[in-house]
Amino acid sequence: MSAIPKTLCHCASDNSEAAPAQSLTIALAGNPNAGKTSLFNALTGLRQKVANYPGVTVESKSGLWSLADRFPPARLIDLPGLYSLDATSLDEEIARDILLGRAQNLVSPDVVVVVVDATNLVRNLYLATQLIDTRQPVVIALTMFDRAERSQLKIDTRKLSQALGVPIVPVVAKRRRGLAELSEAVITASQERGPKLPPANSDGQILKDQARRQSQLIQRYAFIERIVSDAVDPNDDGAPGLSERIDRLVTHRIFGPLILLVVMLLVFQAIFSWTTLPMNLIDQVFSALSASARNHLPAGILTDLLADGIIAGVGGVLAFLPQILMLFFFISILEDSGYMARAAFLTDRLMRAVGLHGKAFVPLLSSFACAVPGIMATRTIENPKDRIATIMIAPFMSCSARLPVYTLMIAAFFSGQKVLGVISTGALIILGMYLLGIAVAVIVASIMKRTILRAPAPPFVMELPPYRVPNAGNVIHSLFTRSTIFLKRAGTVILGISILLWALVAFPRTAGTAGANAQDVASAQVRNSFAGRAGHVIEPVIKPLGFDWRIGIGLISSFAARETIISTLSIVYNVGDSSEDKSSLVDALRNARRADGSPVWTPLTGLSLMIFFLLACQCMSTVAIVRRETNSWRWPAFMVGYMLVLAYAASFVTYQGGHLLGFQ
Amino acid sequence: MTLDMVPQNVMARVASVAPTDAHSLRLMEMGVVPGAPVRVVKTAPLGDPIHVCVRNYHLALRRAEAKSITVTLNLD
Repeated sequence: MSAIPKTLCHCASDNSEAAPAQSLTIALAGNPNAGKTSLFNALTGLRQKVANYPGVTVESKSGLWSLADRFPPARLIDLPGLYSLDATSLDEEIARDILLGRAQNLVSPDVVVVVVDATNLVRNLYLATQLIDTRQPVVIALTMFDRAERSQLKIDTRKLSQALGVPIVPVVAKRRRGLAELSEAVITASQERGPKLPPANSDGQILKDQARRQSQLIQRYAFIERIVSDAVDPNDDGAPGLSERIDRLVTHRIFGPLILLVVMLLVFQAIFSWTTLPMNLIDQVFSALSASARNHLPAGILTDLLADGIIAGVGGVLAFLPQILMLFFFISILEDSGYMARAAFLTDRLMRAVGLHGKAFVPLLSSFACAVPGIMATRTIENPKDRIATIMIAPFMSCSARLPVYTLMIAAFFSGQKVLGVISTGALIILGMYLLGIAVAVIVASIMKRTILRAPAPPFVMELPPYRVPNAGNVIHSLFTRSTIFLKRAGTVILGISILLWALVAFPRTAGTAGANAQDVASAQVRNSFAGRAGHVIEPVIKPLGFDWRIGIGLISSFAARETIISTLSIVYNVGDSSEDKSSLVDALRNARRADGSPVWTPLTGLSLMIFFLLACQCMSTVAIVRRETNSWRWPAFMVGYMLVLAYAASFVTYQGGHLLGFQ
Repeated sequence: MTLDMVPQNVMARVASVAPTDAHSLRLMEMGVVPGAPVRVVKTAPLGDPIHVCVRNYHLALRRAEAKSITVTLNLD
């Protein structure tokens, strides 16, 4: 089968237009953790493009590699890591199809550079020999060569190269050692390019018969062991390596979980509090911009669009950047150092209870700060169904945007109350919200893994890579790539939706009467807008949840972001749009009366609203990032839908059940 | 004896990998083939998965998967 439709990605067409026809296409293949990313970054610098392969969630990375002055830069494709050409996952299928020239309408590579980890030769050579067997030009880049040298592992690269029949170039990407030699070897290999093996033949290699595959596999390993033992002087003193000694502490029965807790607390603290300053700064800058637009431009609809729609929308998009940068700063360090695999090792048993992989732990925990970077972090989960399941439950983690909603409700209806005389009711309710979110996530994940995302459990065979000092270059690349992706792919969607939501509140226009103050005008505008009318329309539907049409407006407008409901309610209740001073809003909520004189808001309404906000996907940024990460509108639509149903049902049960139990 | 039963830090050699399981090929591609030296380094704090050292590199796998790997202990 061909996993790849029509074109590779737009980066492919961009580059082929820019470069002359004779420029080479080179594929970079190799085992996961073999140092492929570092080499790719060293060869291409910042001239990289990241996109999705069409129709699938697999990311394609390519960049320009200046081989030599006399040649046009080559296009270097960084393939997903793979252990063999017998693919078991979608990532691997794509890599294999490109390598075997089977991907339709994709340029098959002129030369394949196989990254081989010198400290783990036998296993890495498995893929390399499979590729050599396809008879396409192959060059081996021997990474971690400095490490092998340090551990007294003597590799006779000439001998190894003769035995394999392909050039071998030792490289140290971080110090840029061996890169020029690699270029020369690739150029030479491209010129010696012989007839390519027809795809039919390579199909024949992938045997269906399990037993024959096994015996072929054993033979290949025997062959590799023979040539490696000829060319390598092993230093096997049997002593556990440095990594294993570090693991004694890091995955220790008691210290392991403790260290994980400290690491996650640090990450959490960083996304939660260290980003407040830059986020507030962005907020202030854009508020000032918006105000200055109002002051300098004539009052009117265009100015409103600019000030409240566009500038506020751009500010809303940029406000996510600090959190995304902070989370990916930590994630790339955790990945690069090898700790991420240990975190998955420690938590796998826990996550398996809900049918998920250990690698889902960090993204889910990060979602307590904000689901947007959390969902972006699910990229480390290879199995696509596990990844989708993780994405689908990430928004149930109570994020920081829910806190203003919780605290408003608690300030209005539960302030000063104590349970058993000591514990603050408000604190208990907030804790309950966090726990309820986790419980719902667990239930939803188990149901999804048994139904729509049902699949045979993928093997949990995960390499525990040696610990390394994180490479600053890789960290910077990761930050750069993730923020570009967010701004380009998700940012545009978020901006679009925020302009749409602005229009719902801004139209139709209500003319201000002479003498009315600005606050009254704003309030009347919102009440009469499309959103205000929609609030009335949905009132019968949300009435069983204890909500009136004013809350309905809040629900609609807070699809932009959960905390928006506070400013909307402030405007609707005519207490001014000030999120700083909540006391007037709290009073307004307490004093609001229905036509019959009964209070609109009761503690039960507050609780019902909190549960609704916990469970509903009231966040367009989450929707936008799910769209980008799953590469379809199907999953985000499903997510909004099922979360809305859940939220409705839970609020209904809370409000109606509370009434039956005699609560107000 | 299967790999999940091997005590910690005892050197063993892979005798066979059950061919029936879907993941057996993946394990073998990663070098868990008959004759390969293997050692259980530790068990995760919650009892599963296990950390093994095979061909001088480190691998985590669940007990269920380790069950499909038959080993012989090095008694020398």
